[in-house]
Amino acid sequence: MSALQPRLLFGDVTKGSPLPPLRYEVTATTVVLGALATRDWRPMHHDKDFAVNRNGTRDIFLNTPNQAAWFERYLTDWTGPHGRLGRVTFRMRGSVFPGDTMELSGTVDSVATDELGCGWAELSLILKVGGEEKTTCAARIALPVHSDDNPWRRRGDQWKP
Amino acid sequence: MSSRAVVPPEIMDLVGVAQYEETGEFPVEQGYIWTSCASVENGNPLFWDEAVAEAVTGGPVAPPTMVSVWFRPHHWAPGRHEEHLPLQVHFDLKERLGLPEAVMTDNTIVFHEPVRIGDVLRTRQVLRSVSEPKTTKLGTGRFWVIDVEYHNQHGDLVAVESYTGFGYNKAAM
Repeated sequence: MSALQPRLLFGDVTKGSPLPPLRYEVTATTVVLGALATRDWRPMHHDKDFAVNRNGTRDIFLNTPNQAAWFERYLTDWTGPHGRLGRVTFRMRGSVFPGDTMELSGTVDSVATDELGCGWAELSLILKVGGEEKTTCAARIALPVHSDDNPWRRRGDQWKP
Repeated sequence: MSSRAVVPPEIMDLVGVAQYEETGEFPVEQGYIWTSCASVENGNPLFWDEAVAEAVTGGPVAPPTMVSVWFRPHHWAPGRHEEHLPLQVHFDLKERLGLPEAVMTDNTIVFHEPVRIGDVLRTRQVLRSVSEPKTTKLGTGRFWVIDVEYHNQHGDLVAVESYTGFGYNKAAM
């Protein structure tokens, strides 16, 4: 399918639909690259001695903005480029360290069109390591309601994230 | 309510007031977008294929979740002698309330107009609330909510981030 055509339409999604899971082996490079990509120079994301001795963690750990980028990638892997993020809320419950295997999963909580005809999916996403919840994310993402629709065209008052 | 429970008036006076209005130190750039996408193996063609970006978003855009990246200060810059901290209101509250430790518990980002390559963003921080003293497993302190509003050079709102922080004194072990 061409990337110019919507991959996922609003009508394809129903409450309770699961997203395909994503597994990823986290290395020190994952953590450090993620920190630098988000311009986060704080030492707990690149200096193991600091993380252990000052933060009391067992190693350096993924920073929040990079986890946001992981969740965005996870969502748009599912929607394709026509999916447009409206809102995300994170709650951090634990850290993700080198050597961990991240497991991202998600479920559609609800679907609805707003008063302007924009189609929205509300989702609950979870990042787990070894079955333990590390980060939860509530996301609201706009999807095309038909093949000629495109949420990215909405501007100003036409966009209600 | 005890006097310790009352939020100092000089702090309450800051609720709803825009502080630390600043302009980003550099324009939104393609290289950082690719570095960010590489860090999470994000192959969304919006960020890699100009034809797709032109057709879908009217030209190249940045991943929405990168919005705070464009505002994190350089680790060093000529003439700078003190560390430039993002989210300064958070650090101000720690100091003014005598709460040396702090964690962020929740972070919400609402995305408005797309961020485009070449944009220079402006930001301002707004304290929204400070709680009564609370005790958690970390210690005793206060929760606060800080909004960071981002606008582009045209004055369009591009995003609002809301951070919930908990500043505290460590619980006795």
